[in-house]
Amino acid sequence: MKKLLTGVSAAIIALSGSAFAEDAPFAKEIKARQGLMNINALSIGVLAGMAKGEVPYDAAAAKSAADAIMGVYNLDLPMFWPQGSDNTANPATNALPAIWAEGSDIGDKVEAWETAALAMQAAAGTDLASLQGAMDALGASCGACHKAFRAAAN
Amino acid sequence: MRGRLRWFVVLGLIGLGVFWVLTRPQPLAPDALMGLTGDAKRGEQVFWAGGCAACHADIKAEAAQKLLLGGGQEFASPFGTFIAPNISPDPVNGIGGWSAQDLANAMTRGVSPAGTHYFPVFPYASYVHAELQDVVDLQAFLQTLPKVATPSQPHKVSFPFNIRRSLGGWKFLFLKPDWVVTGDLTSAQTRGRYLVEGLGHCAECHTPRNALGGMDRNRWLAGGPVPAGKGRFPNITPGKLDWTEADIVEYLTSGFTPEFDSAGGHMALVVENTKHLPEADRAAIAAYLKIVPSIE
Repeated sequence: MKKLLTGVSAAIIALSGSAFAEDAPFAKEIKARQGLMNINALSIGVLAGMAKGEVPYDAAAAKSAADAIMGVYNLDLPMFWPQGSDNTANPATNALPAIWAEGSDIGDKVEAWETAALAMQAAAGTDLASLQGAMDALGASCGACHKAFRAAAN
Repeated sequence: MRGRLRWFVVLGLIGLGVFWVLTRPQPLAPDALMGLTGDAKRGEQVFWAGGCAACHADIKAEAAQKLLLGGGQEFASPFGTFIAPNISPDPVNGIGGWSAQDLANAMTRGVSPAGTHYFPVFPYASYVHAELQDVVDLQAFLQTLPKVATPSQPHKVSFPFNIRRSLGGWKFLFLKPDWVVTGDLTSAQTRGRYLVEGLGHCAECHTPRNALGGMDRNRWLAGGPVPAGKGRFPNITPGKLDWTEADIVEYLTSGFTPEFDSAGGHMALVVENTKHLPEADRAAIAAYLKIVPSIE
């Protein structure tokens, strides 16, 4: 009986613990957008591997990687980055409040990403030289946001 | 009783004397740069290796704006908030009136042309390693940059940390001219040590600091909390950073990690400097990072 009680209370504590994490502000949005970043990292990895000559150029694989990046772009991004879902609201994210602050140029930076991702979509399946030519701008568009809007890791 | 008072006064005077001597700003000898002439082209490489623009340019500066060194970036710390000064060649608001000797005193001794101590937010605890030829070359390059007319703003530092004389005590404790990593080094590792421990001043963020703000040499490059902020600077010793040397070179070139995340925050500014270095210098940094004592 005592064992059962201990087990039940342990289960309750464990459940309430996980419930707390799920209840943390914007937990779902943060998890989802971190997934989007991981998808982009995988796609960039495919493209960069070819650009650097580490894996042989494959037009079809390059095209789908570039398509995947545009796929992420075409999602309803504000749904994943709601107002206030910054690192002061929830330490699970490194997103700085500056993203949502007055005068933030996040819009310009997202636009630069779109331009670079569209250019890559057009270039990736053409040939290796075109892919390589589109790589720098795409990488820079990732870096521009991370530089301005991401805090040091927790 | 009178005797004891006399001893108290005498010991007090000795103490003051020792304080006075220890905390005195110690500039270079007046002839330290004799025979050296500056080469602005070489100085540009020193400029990128030293990372001047990361702090002295506007935080949003891109490309050519990186050469506008009007200052203004703020650095919060437990001692107060420091504001990067104007180091453009403007003769009134910047350092246009400085000699190479002035720059050498500032960088390697932390002493201003007026003979006062700089706060160690200016990384002279790293620049102490700078070769004087490099400083003279840097001086020549800095003079070629555009003048910016923005006045430098005073630091927001309160008592007692605003007593600059006491920084002499800080220097006595923490301004060390010797290397952290010693022993038999290859030429690449030696160059990397110069870039990491010296000009690149990597340890200023990546090494934890003690209560007085000195770098903990026993936990060299092992990471630590962001002063007066959220998050941590990562551990970049082999105990945590398991990247290959090629991975490190790639990161310092494009900003991409092996997982294709990209550099963020202040490190993005650092990569904007290191990408201008010759490939051999980035490889030297990687070679050095592999021989730093491993800390978990």
